[in-house]
Amino acid sequence: MAAMDEGREMNSSNTVMCLLTNAEGEPLGAPLYLPQNAGPPQLQEIVNKLLNNVEKLPYAFYISDQELVVQLGTYLQQNKVSVEKVIRIVYQPQAIFRIRPVNRCSATIAGHTEAVLSVAFSPDGHNLASGSGDTTVRLWDLNTQTPLFTCSGHKNWVLSIAWSPDGKHLVSGSKAGELLTWDPQTGKQSGGPLIGHKKWITGISWEAVHLQAPCRRFVSSSKDGDARIWDISLRKCLICLTGHTLAVTCVKWGGDGMIYTSSQDCTIKVWETSQGKLIRELKGHGHWVNSLALSTEYILRTGAFDHTGKTYSSPEEMKEAALARYNKMKGNAPERLVSGSDDFTMFLWEPAISKHPKARLTGHQQLVNHVYFSPDGQWLASASFDKSVKLWNGITGKFVTSFRGHVGPVYQISWSADSRLLLSGSKDSTLKVWDIRTHKLKQDLPGHADEVFAVDWSPDGEKVASGGKDRVLKLWMN
Amino acid sequence: MPQGDYIELHRKRHGYRLDHFERKRKKEAREVHKRAAYAQKALGIKGKMFAKKRYAEKALMKKTLAMHDESSSRRKVDDKVHDGAIPAYLLDRDTTTRAKVLSNTIKQKRKEKAGKWDVPLPKVRPVAEDEMFRVIRSGKRKTKQWKRMVTKVTFVGRGFTRKPPKYERFIRPTGLRFTKAHVTHPELKCTFNLEIIGIKKNPNGPMYTSLGVVTKGTIIEVNVSELGLVTPAGKVVWGKYAQVTNNPENDGCINAVLLV
Repeated sequence: MAAMDEGREMNSSNTVMCLLTNAEGEPLGAPLYLPQNAGPPQLQEIVNKLLNNVEKLPYAFYISDQELVVQLGTYLQQNKVSVEKVIRIVYQPQAIFRIRPVNRCSATIAGHTEAVLSVAFSPDGHNLASGSGDTTVRLWDLNTQTPLFTCSGHKNWVLSIAWSPDGKHLVSGSKAGELLTWDPQTGKQSGGPLIGHKKWITGISWEAVHLQAPCRRFVSSSKDGDARIWDISLRKCLICLTGHTLAVTCVKWGGDGMIYTSSQDCTIKVWETSQGKLIRELKGHGHWVNSLALSTEYILRTGAFDHTGKTYSSPEEMKEAALARYNKMKGNAPERLVSGSDDFTMFLWEPAISKHPKARLTGHQQLVNHVYFSPDGQWLASASFDKSVKLWNGITGKFVTSFRGHVGPVYQISWSADSRLLLSGSKDSTLKVWDIRTHKLKQDLPGHADEVFAVDWSPDGEKVASGGKDRVLKLWMN
Repeated sequence: MPQGDYIELHRKRHGYRLDHFERKRKKEAREVHKRAAYAQKALGIKGKMFAKKRYAEKALMKKTLAMHDESSSRRKVDDKVHDGAIPAYLLDRDTTTRAKVLSNTIKQKRKEKAGKWDVPLPKVRPVAEDEMFRVIRSGKRKTKQWKRMVTKVTFVGRGFTRKPPKYERFIRPTGLRFTKAHVTHPELKCTFNLEIIGIKKNPNGPMYTSLGVVTKGTIIEVNVSELGLVTPAGKVVWGKYAQVTNNPENDGCINAVLLV
């Protein structure tokens, strides 16, 4: 009896005051005493209960940016944390589906007669398009893994391609500065070329589907220093966003109806879309700004399509679903923007709130070529010419880890839809899959005979496509 | 002191003659008249030669003028599709010419086994033994003739120490030892000064290979790590083979072409 009492007392003294907060730092209920033998499964139940989730969701728990994988008591002992303070435990929802890492090359499709410069899966993941230096855009049949359509019409290298978020249009921009629109069902050019840019196209971004239901408008950026908003049904340039003094390197159409452009004149400009007024100018970088990424980018890209593979009959329905997805993803925090630059640093901005950066992300030893937020917005990955990929906390901008393994500059990165895996393509002709949880290399994918210029992970997670200087398109599966 | 230097020294000390620049201008102004007069006066072969020289000068002048004219005249925009497409994010960067991934380790190994090389210099002039070696007479009366000195360029490894004289049959003179080679990449069309790792094969025989003799046509292994070549698996290539294209013993350097 005495022993039992003692045991009970042991239990009561072995509790620890914890405060559960979400990633933005907002507490979930009051601080509570948790037994020290509580681990992630128990915490998960508590969070599900407190949030009144009907379906149980998986969560991951972080204490001072380290993932909690053991019981609380063991964690306290290992890290010598004082029991007298309130421990802040950050819970982060995980994707309820899991994407298996790709590990083999399922097809090597020849077809392009010059280097493949861009690859893009359609938002629903059923179609694949690639642009190449042989001036053609090709659409590929993913079921038979064969070429489907060859779309010729460009006068020079096809530098960038973009699918509309409803998957009904494909736009490609070339080095000669013209934009062409394609119908992915027939592979035919729809209408004539959209002419206006005087130099090559550096980026294309569509308006989100939750802003306008049948997709009509998109924005393109060019080397000549302009960004132009085009309407695909009127087939003309609506607004020309001028103001940058040097080439525009990247353009993103945000979910709140703003356009972000980054330029070689070291600035990022924020534009309003109805009249094309300049809202903000974000200054801070000391050299070219190479790449932009939005925390909601993946949702904006995939629109209403999610992992369940649901199809929508009407545009209104699609708009509603996309808006619901967008709001769920965004929560009540503002949209975050990250910019990677030639000055080896990145800046994290909240353009809706202030024109000053939220955080400066330093650590790379070479220019940052590509930045990308994870689909859930919690992580941020950056590819650099210093042969490394670095992972950062997507909310605070704190450095998490760096993935080393490539022996050449890393050109492009791509996230899996569940935010658990990251793919990188490099000049050293390999692709590598990294595990976010363990911070380790998950899979090495050699096979290309030359530099890999473009990689994309399909939104349904089944396939990875990559193209490069060796002129073949490779499809990777698990 | 050479003659011309005195005037410079004088000028440094006292400056130019007061009328120097005027004299110079006048001399230059008269020069054309003088040449015209000479052109009219000169006869025979001298006249022909002079006329030819003047004509060449005039043609060159016309050409230069036309070249400068061109910048103001309108030309067609260069809208040809070039080879070597690169993505938009690399377009503004002046990337250095890089070596392609050409190395195929397996292929190279297979070739090595077969002993057949598809090399730039398939045939070499056979080098006779008495050209390769010089007999060194030894012994108190200089009657023994078993020692040889290599008269060609050699490569000896890093940690090589000579054997005691009694056992050293082949002497490789230090003056003819080389550690570096000028290696040309045939596709990049550029040359690198690379360290030699070893002698793979001397076509004149296995003995020369083991001695490390470098003659024309010898296959050497060089350290290409600074070229940044990559295998298909994404590893950095370290050593690659190259074939010697000159006669190093005559030239004082080793020129080689990389085998890709």
